[in-house]
Amino acid sequence: MTMIFGVPLAVLSGQLLIGVINGAFYALLSLGLAVIFGLLKIINFAHGAMYMLGAMATVILFDALGVNYWVALFLAPLLVGVFGMLVEYFLLRRIAGQDHIYSLLLTFGIALLVQGVLTNLYGVSGLRYAMPDMFKGGINLGFMFLPYYRAWVIGVALLVCFGTWFMIEKTKLGAYLRAGTEDAQLMQGFGVNVPLLVSLTYGFGVMLAAFAGVLAAPIYSVTPVMGSHILIVVFAVVVIGGMGSIGGAIITGVLMGVIEGLTKTFYPPASSAVIFLVMVVVLMVRPTGLFGKEA
Amino acid sequence: MTQPVNPADIHNTILAQQKAEDRKKLAINTVFIAILLVAPFVLYPVFLMKILCFALFAVAFNLLFGFTGLLSFGHAAFLATGGYTTGYLLSQHSGLTTELGILAGTLVATVLGLAFALLSIRRQGIYFAMVTLALSQLVFFFYVQSPFTGGEDGMHGIPRGELFGLISLEDNHNMYYFVLAVFIACYVLVQRVVSSPFGQVLRAIKQNEPRAVSLGYNVDRHKVLAFVISAALAGLAGSLKSVVFQLASLNDAHWHMSGEVILMTLVGGMGTLLGPVVGATFVVNVEYQLSQGPLRDWVDPILGGIFVLTVLAFRNGIVGEIQKFVRRNLG
Amino acid sequence: MTMMKKLLTSAVASALMVGGAQADISDNTIKIGYLADMSGTYRDLAGPNGLAALNMAVEDFGGKVNGAKIEVVSADDRNSPDVASSTVRRWLENDDVDLVAGLVASSVSIAVSDILEENDKLGIVSGSAASSITNEHCTPNHIHYVYDTYPLANGTASAVVKEGGKSWFILTADYAFGHALESDVTRVVEANGGEVIGTLRHPFPTPDFSSFILQAQASGADVVALANAGADTTNAINTASEFGITQSGQTLAALLLFLTDVHALGVEAAQGIQLTTGWYWDMNDETRAWSDRFMEKTGVRPTMVHAGIYSSTLQYLKAVEATGSDDAQTVRKHMMETPINDMFAKNGRIRADGRMVHDMYLAEVKTPAESKSEWDLYKILRTIPADEAYRPLSESKCPLVSSK
Repeated sequence: MTMIFGVPLAVLSGQLLIGVINGAFYALLSLGLAVIFGLLKIINFAHGAMYMLGAMATVILFDALGVNYWVALFLAPLLVGVFGMLVEYFLLRRIAGQDHIYSLLLTFGIALLVQGVLTNLYGVSGLRYAMPDMFKGGINLGFMFLPYYRAWVIGVALLVCFGTWFMIEKTKLGAYLRAGTEDAQLMQGFGVNVPLLVSLTYGFGVMLAAFAGVLAAPIYSVTPVMGSHILIVVFAVVVIGGMGSIGGAIITGVLMGVIEGLTKTFYPPASSAVIFLVMVVVLMVRPTGLFGKEA
Repeated sequence: MTQPVNPADIHNTILAQQKAEDRKKLAINTVFIAILLVAPFVLYPVFLMKILCFALFAVAFNLLFGFTGLLSFGHAAFLATGGYTTGYLLSQHSGLTTELGILAGTLVATVLGLAFALLSIRRQGIYFAMVTLALSQLVFFFYVQSPFTGGEDGMHGIPRGELFGLISLEDNHNMYYFVLAVFIACYVLVQRVVSSPFGQVLRAIKQNEPRAVSLGYNVDRHKVLAFVISAALAGLAGSLKSVVFQLASLNDAHWHMSGEVILMTLVGGMGTLLGPVVGATFVVNVEYQLSQGPLRDWVDPILGGIFVLTVLAFRNGIVGEIQKFVRRNLG
Repeated sequence: MTMMKKLLTSAVASALMVGGAQADISDNTIKIGYLADMSGTYRDLAGPNGLAALNMAVEDFGGKVNGAKIEVVSADDRNSPDVASSTVRRWLENDDVDLVAGLVASSVSIAVSDILEENDKLGIVSGSAASSITNEHCTPNHIHYVYDTYPLANGTASAVVKEGGKSWFILTADYAFGHALESDVTRVVEANGGEVIGTLRHPFPTPDFSSFILQAQASGADVVALANAGADTTNAINTASEFGITQSGQTLAALLLFLTDVHALGVEAAQGIQLTTGWYWDMNDETRAWSDRFMEKTGVRPTMVHAGIYSSTLQYLKAVEATGSDDAQTVRKHMMETPINDMFAKNGRIRADGRMVHDMYLAEVKTPAESKSEWDLYKILRTIPADEAYRPLSESKCPLVSSK
């Protein structure tokens, strides 16, 4: 057997693939953050809570109304997106134009609020959500057993990431968006409803988080606190990629998944700290992240 | 506002205002100190000490956030470092007097603060917050891994010992007056720092960094020094806390603690001297009273609500809003 | 004012002592303080429902013992030893609380036991896993009920090795609790002729276990043991079932799993897992009757911790009744001398180190076909006698034991 640093090649390939899968997942989460920051300059500390809401909504919709996975994949993000728009309209709008830091503090408070209320309603042990039947099982790739569901996660996550990037960076709609958030007055003059555009953008960003939440529901324990831990990891990803850089968030997400995966193989205890180490080092060398523009 | 004014007049009014302000400050401070001196006979001393430790922590944080405009999301690292160092030294070396243990804890936190500062000070705004967060996560990882901290079980049975080898701190009242003395000394120190020329530069940096640079100030050096003082005081707060409670735990190193100190400062009024003290008192009390009462299970969401409300409606915090009110109606 | 009050009470107390009578019940009230995590990670295994269990014991006494009123106060410890110690200090020094119950996070339990000793009051730890609580951290002022890491490792590991699981791979949560479990498991496995071929320490908490499960799979070990707790364990089990660990012939052994965890996982994902528990609601008529009462109040089935909180409070009140005293040492002494026989334990007893030892059970999670209802989750495979389950006193580092 070929060995690399004492680890069989087969095991290493498996770990790399797992890293890419987790990375795709991180990319999806950081993408929403990057969209919200890049276009609205809002530091969304409620992103973890929105991810959690997506997963919780999936379970609750199923338990209460029998809504299946495929419908939930659209419905849950939609509901969370609407919730996000309400949050934007009633709360975030009031601090528009203030220092970014206030948006961080405000959304941090919102996250605490939402998590706390749901903890009291649903407890912390986790809600049960069965894997959809068609995803049961997996294929043997020779070097590892790949569950079908993980293959689906990587495919759909990367697809959504690419689609979002394409829409914002390459289409007319994206151009409006970027222009509208950069020079609101001008766009207002052209007859574009900028406040609505802002609401929609925030709603879209949190929809991406909620979508990741739906993807997580069958494989992770669904609890009201599931978002609070992943939040700072995802933030680290966005910062390393360069706040607001959409392509950067996607590439860094996948990259961090792989780095974390390798750490899990060679020195598992450090796997939760490694991202922060990378972040410190990257910011030493590039103050605005890997793909960030100079502020 | 556009009519011409005689500069001498402005100068005199400012002086008079300053004098009145100083007198008011002195009066307020005297009242506060009097209250603090009798407090342990009315209220529970350990609880008061907890408030003082967190107040000191918030005052330290505010020096950086409120006066220099740097949001550190990693101050928990200093609180924990002070606590663990002091706790470890006092538990391991029975000959060590308490104040030396506390001094050592403060010193280590100061050094760590310098390291944080050197690594983060060139970063702006959100990047600064994130680098400090990342560094404090690495510190957290170190404490989880190190056997001497007792991991999630915590470090327990730290002896309070004797002050200067003479005064037993086992007695809650002795301990209280010691903590109070340290707190007042630090508060006065921060007051001095803020009103010194150095403090003026910090404020100038907060208001407009490029202008401060163009005025020829070495902005980075000022920021580093502010950071180090802030870290040292935060470490001191942690050291005191570990002696008061006779324990040190991972909670102090967790990033939630960094969030809590932001809440304290914000609620009390950032950029005011008294604000963080009021904020710490408020938050510690709310948390304590709620966790005992019928709303016991709802502490987190209520704290979240306070966060939201403060940012939306009382951005100047309790002290800031009172100041504004006084100025508008009585000034 | 509080000083005065304290002086007065101690004066009254000493007057009573001089009077020759047994120290009476002070203030003619028995005050119980329930301290637990009400809103965080450990909420479901004890939390608000633990308070309900405690109140059931008070109800059984009609709210009174020897004519003295029983009062219950409660607080959220927020999993923080700071918050816990300020609360407990106030309870003991100002509010005349006689017993502190609940106690889940080990950092909280250890901090509280120090304060109990300082004030010579009694505490009963029902939720913590750390066996150090009655080992290096033992005090004459607290009792550890329900379970600790020692029997968890002992019960599950020895049973699984005996069934042929010879080679082990341990996934350990990288903190004191996980390390303690790992070393206990290793000792038991080796003592029974098995071998630990690999261990892996994962950070706490870990959201995604696929990488670790893959490594466990690649190790080719017969048994994959989970030395972690809570969301880490449920996540690991979910991922193991997704990656087909059991289909590929490996056995999964969870060392600490609460009923609420298994309920959250569902029998589909958790079926066949072996675990050690201190109690299960569906063991006999007595446990079922009590659980029905509990369910009426809370809407869920009790965990072993809930049952333990009820039982320990009941035993405490019985001891107060028998001795007519609320003095910590008098009550503790009586509790140690009296065997515990109630719906929670048969012939349980409290040792010199404060450890309450009782029979433990090796259980297996039912398959979907076997499980008849939402909470019908365990099959009890074997009873592990108390003396076999817990750390023998001969290995104890507790000074209370050696002085005997």
